[in-house]
Amino acid sequence: MNQSFADLSPERLRALLHQMMLIRAFEEAAEQLYLQGLIHGTMHLSVGQEASAVGACAALRPDDYILSTHRGHGHCIAKGARVDLMMAEFFGKETGYCRGRGGSMHMADVETGNLGANGIVAGGVPMAAGVGLSIQMQRQDRVVLVFFGDGATNEGAFHESLNLAAIWNLPVIYFCENNQYAMSMAITRASKVEKLSDRACAYGIPGVTVDGNDLLAVYCATKEAVERARSGGGPTLIEAQTYRWKGHSKSDKQRYRTKEEVKAWQERDPIARLAQKMLEAALLTENDLQQLQADVDAEIAAAIEFAKASPEPDPATIFEGVYA
Amino acid sequence: MSRELTYAEAVREAIDLAMARDERVFLVGEDVGVYGGAFGVTDGLYQKYGPERVRDTPISEAVIAGVATGAALTGMRPIAEIQFMDFITLSMEQLVLQAAKLRFMLGGKVQVPFVLRTPAGAGTGAAAQHSESLENWFVHVPGLKVVMPSTPADAKGLLLASIEDPNPVIFVEHKLLYRTKGAVPEGYYTIPLSQTEVKRPGRDLTIVATSLMVVRALEAAERLAKEGVEVEVVDPRTLKPLDAEPIIRSVCKTGRVLIVHEACKTGGFGGELAAVIAESEAFDYLDAPIRRLAGLDIPVPYNRELERRMVPQVEDIVDAARRLVKEAR
Ligand SMILES: Cc1ncc(C[n+]2csc(CCOP(=O)(O)OP(=O)(O)O)c2C)c(N)n1
Ligand SMILES: [Mg+2]
Repeated sequence: MNQSFADLSPERLRALLHQMMLIRAFEEAAEQLYLQGLIHGTMHLSVGQEASAVGACAALRPDDYILSTHRGHGHCIAKGARVDLMMAEFFGKETGYCRGRGGSMHMADVETGNLGANGIVAGGVPMAAGVGLSIQMQRQDRVVLVFFGDGATNEGAFHESLNLAAIWNLPVIYFCENNQYAMSMAITRASKVEKLSDRACAYGIPGVTVDGNDLLAVYCATKEAVERARSGGGPTLIEAQTYRWKGHSKSDKQRYRTKEEVKAWQERDPIARLAQKMLEAALLTENDLQQLQADVDAEIAAAIEFAKASPEPDPATIFEGVYA
Repeated sequence: MSRELTYAEAVREAIDLAMARDERVFLVGEDVGVYGGAFGVTDGLYQKYGPERVRDTPISEAVIAGVATGAALTGMRPIAEIQFMDFITLSMEQLVLQAAKLRFMLGGKVQVPFVLRTPAGAGTGAAAQHSESLENWFVHVPGLKVVMPSTPADAKGLLLASIEDPNPVIFVEHKLLYRTKGAVPEGYYTIPLSQTEVKRPGRDLTIVATSLMVVRALEAAERLAKEGVEVEVVDPRTLKPLDAEPIIRSVCKTGRVLIVHEACKTGGFGGELAAVIAESEAFDYLDAPIRRLAGLDIPVPYNRELERRMVPQVEDIVDAARRLVKEAR
């Protein structure tokens, strides 16, 4: 086994590459559908950040939990969700993961352990401590990994959650996707610490910063944190440094950054990097790569068909799910 | 002189005038600077007044409310922005337990003159955590003023009055109003807080509406006029302290009242209004029960049609008004 691929088999690596490509294709399609007026609301795309979602989830077991963010399509797919049911949710259809009630910002797939995206910055972070506590009190050997952005680290709730998880030794992996900006706010303007993982020392827990555009680096760092959490070693703060290629949401003029900066990060494309590495190690051929792309495109096309053909929610059910 | 401005432009003009006039006034909030605010309301102010007076904060709603309170307490006049009203839930302690009560608790020795602007409302497909209308939470708290303008001209004049006011003011804008246009007087003017306005006179039925629902009620009134039903549309503009007199007078005249707001019905401002009317002399003039038309008691759904049904639409107001004019006590 090639050292630089950790314990991942060639089949597994191909599956992870496929997942990253699927995430990108899903989001690019979603963006097009939005521009065509077929999807309403807003959406937050994670194009350029695929390695952090896939690398982190690859280190989890199917029965482990995740909590996700407003930029959560990648997390959802990486944890094993079906793109057709996600697309149907995007279209607000009854067949969608949230029966059309949640949309992009509330995408969840409880069956694969994804407890949901979140419209609130750091909204999942306090809950993660609760999920960790539940795991601990039920004597399960699961873990919970909570995704959040760099911006979320400046909410008070972030501090409260990390401290509680630390003192109670909860099996939580705090996974920060530092994509350098919170909307227009550069992390260098929003925080004086050099690395966000440095904040871990304030809670007496391990903190680590990794190249978030390197799938293997993300996987290895997460695996270590997962093993620690699962064996009773408590929480870890991981910072994955990455970059969002697209605007914050659909209404962003991107006045706060330069085209050159975006371009420089696009040259560190996490998908191209893994593909290149696998090609060089002869774990993949150009043909395989084309086939993967064709598969992904077909999956997305089928998902869109499914979503379009799906029924709208019945207005008579509008009060369902509200108990008071 | 007045010209047409959008509601968003009117808010911006008010902020601009206040900042030009009073050095103590400054803006603080998430992405209010170069980005120009999530809805573009503060666009251009950073370029004009610079980073000291147009201050981007990290995503920290508790401390946004906190710095507004602390700075107001000691001689400044902050205008804080909470990007979506939903996120004000993270500011609650500083607003409700500190800002609202300081003047009273300290025996009147301090003032807390800040304005907290925030956009409320559904209709943008942003689902349950970006569509809230929480104004009535603040109506319930002594020490906070609550303002909810429905037109560009009101937005400007009421915002300037709010900035001048020595108390904390929660200034609730509506996302769907931002692009609506109306005549707005030029220059500096204030519209006093706690001044209810009759937006359209009528003899058959009073509709008391807030924010976006005023616009919808006026449209409904147009349609009803064609059927021979003359609706009086009354806009409190300031929810707290409420100027109840014009509302009571209107109900005495028409004998029927429909209260319309977007926020969920249960625990909404409509209940308070209904009680105010029922406790007043208007009670004796009522020819039918006081009726409320409000948001359904559910989180705001993502699906377009469900979202539409959750919030009163023009046709819902027309229907409710038609029924009410036929009702007897
Ligand atoms: C409590 C709260 N405040 C503000 C927002 C508006 N908002 C949504 S995403 C975002 C930026 C988040 O930045 P970050 O956490 O770095 O995540 P990213 O968008 O970069 O993935 C902001 C300000 C929100 N949704 N919730
Ligand atoms: Mg970010």
